[in-house]
Amino acid sequence: MYGKGLRPLSIATVAAIVASFSLVFFYAPLDADQGFIQKIFYLHVPLAIVALVGFVIGGVFAIAHLRSGNSRWDAYSYVSIHMSVIFGVAVLITGSIWAKASWGHWWVWDEPTLVSFLIVFLMYATYYPFRYAIEDRDQQARYASVFAIVAGAFVPLNFMAVRMAQSLVHPRVFATANGGLPGSMMLTFLVSLLAIGLLWVTLVKFELTAKSASGQVKRLRRALDAPAPGGRSRVAPEVG
Amino acid sequence: MLALLAATPALPLDEAGKYVAGAYVVFLALIVVYVAIMAAKLQRIERELGELAGFAEQRKAEQDREQVTADV
Repeated sequence: MYGKGLRPLSIATVAAIVASFSLVFFYAPLDADQGFIQKIFYLHVPLAIVALVGFVIGGVFAIAHLRSGNSRWDAYSYVSIHMSVIFGVAVLITGSIWAKASWGHWWVWDEPTLVSFLIVFLMYATYYPFRYAIEDRDQQARYASVFAIVAGAFVPLNFMAVRMAQSLVHPRVFATANGGLPGSMMLTFLVSLLAIGLLWVTLVKFELTAKSASGQVKRLRRALDAPAPGGRSRVAPEVG
Repeated sequence: MLALLAATPALPLDEAGKYVAGAYVVFLALIVVYVAIMAAKLQRIERELGELAGFAEQRKAEQDREQVTADV
């Protein structure tokens, strides 16, 4: 059921990524200040936006889980957070590469944007041990949902706090006044954002499909009353 | 392809080019690693499904044998 529409979605994602990379390298002009290094912007910023939005979406699914008690929403929440953590790893690595190329350092500790993203990432990194430490499946799902809601609410608050902070080195390029992105760069950025967003949705759907298949195998095994090979038991949400 | 390359500026493979290439390669590598992990998971599911199909067939054969024995 989760695999429905996965093929056209995957094709659209690949097409969007190819279009995005083509625009980045063959259409978008070189930045007057940073030159070729600025091309990392079209990868790093969409990844960060999608990862942060994914964390918030995980919180929204968690609210739906607590309201309805349906474990499907818990699985959506878990997979959304899981995928956003993976995207978060990509954000931190590409950001560090950009920082090294642009500022000469892999990491700058007095830069609010970097440190706040690291705090959000580390907070979500604790989601897994927190979740897997609880044996009872229902209790685990409830506690994980509470975590996802609180952490999801923290993400926009954190974003606003950083926007209000006086940054010395991190540029603000989406301003409508002087210093905003020119049209060709904005188009390239929006296509990149769409591509990364589609990639996130596709991978979430892919992960849910795999979890659903795994859950169905477990149900079949229980129905047949057959022993599990090796008796593995990982306390991840089961998708029916 | 050649026309496309001729129409576009050469990629500056100096210091900046290496960092840009590094960032994009890391992104693609992460996707490849993720897909490889998912492929391993799908292989496991396929193997388990095969085992369960074998169980089901074995159980059906036993039931058929018991039915024949009961009829006799």
